[in-house]
Amino acid sequence: MTAETKHLEVTLETQVESVNVAEEMCLRVAESAGFGEDDCYRIGMSVREGVINAFHYGNQERPDKKIHLAVDLTPEKMIIKVLDEGKGFDLSQVPDPLAQENLLSTSGRGIFLMRAFMDEFNVVPGRTGGAEIIMSKRLPAGNNPSTENQDGQGAEPPQRA
Amino acid sequence: MDLRATYRDAGVVTVVDIGGRITLGEGSALLRKTIRELLDEGRINIVLNLADVNYIDSSGIGELVTAFTTVKNRGGNLKLLHLTKKVHDLLQLTKLFTVFDVYSDENTALGSFR
Repeated sequence: MTAETKHLEVTLETQVESVNVAEEMCLRVAESAGFGEDDCYRIGMSVREGVINAFHYGNQERPDKKIHLAVDLTPEKMIIKVLDEGKGFDLSQVPDPLAQENLLSTSGRGIFLMRAFMDEFNVVPGRTGGAEIIMSKRLPAGNNPSTENQDGQGAEPPQRA
Repeated sequence: MDLRATYRDAGVVTVVDIGGRITLGEGSALLRKTIRELLDEGRINIVLNLADVNYIDSSGIGELVTAFTTVKNRGGNLKLLHLTKKVHDLLQLTKLFTVFDVYSDENTALGSFR
């Protein structure tokens, strides 16, 4: 991480409320970085979907497991990482929600939305054995990342929810 | 915007006015509960007015699909009315625009059941 990179991370409980907490946290960072309303919507939605994925599929809604969310704001882009404590999954095995036979499926659109809304998207094995979603959005042209705290210490200290 | 759902009769059709965010948790649960209540009362022709729904996530989309198929399985029809731009774009992106009957005028939506 360079000196110009702002880093923020939080450990979230495996509960529904964590989805909103993560969304609000990332929206604050995105707004401070200069993203416009539409991009903030896409980033917020992608964070929601990443945390829903960790909550439901990764951690199987088990309250003894945690969700780890990290945000890096570099001079070029905002990088979001969502790590669960599940068994991991193979991205290539995720069904295409746009396939005719899946259109009326009641689930399985989260990965698709994250891919559609972010510039980069990948899933890698997590260091704790779960799956880590890594996604990023390029900063709008002409915007420098800024935070409310201008002393280079990051937007907020790491916190535990 | 506060989460809410009310419904009113329009002939053989029931119009559900729902507002707020239809997302994982309360929003999706409210939609599910409302549709279940209507079906229990034998109201199988439903127009879902989404004019005040400005946000929906994948869980909300899943709940809309569940509502659509559940109503169909009961011999009825569920149609959508007054989509906000975000919901409209999301249904287009997920190709569900081709599945749902979507209207921008309530009288036209009601007339489509005749």
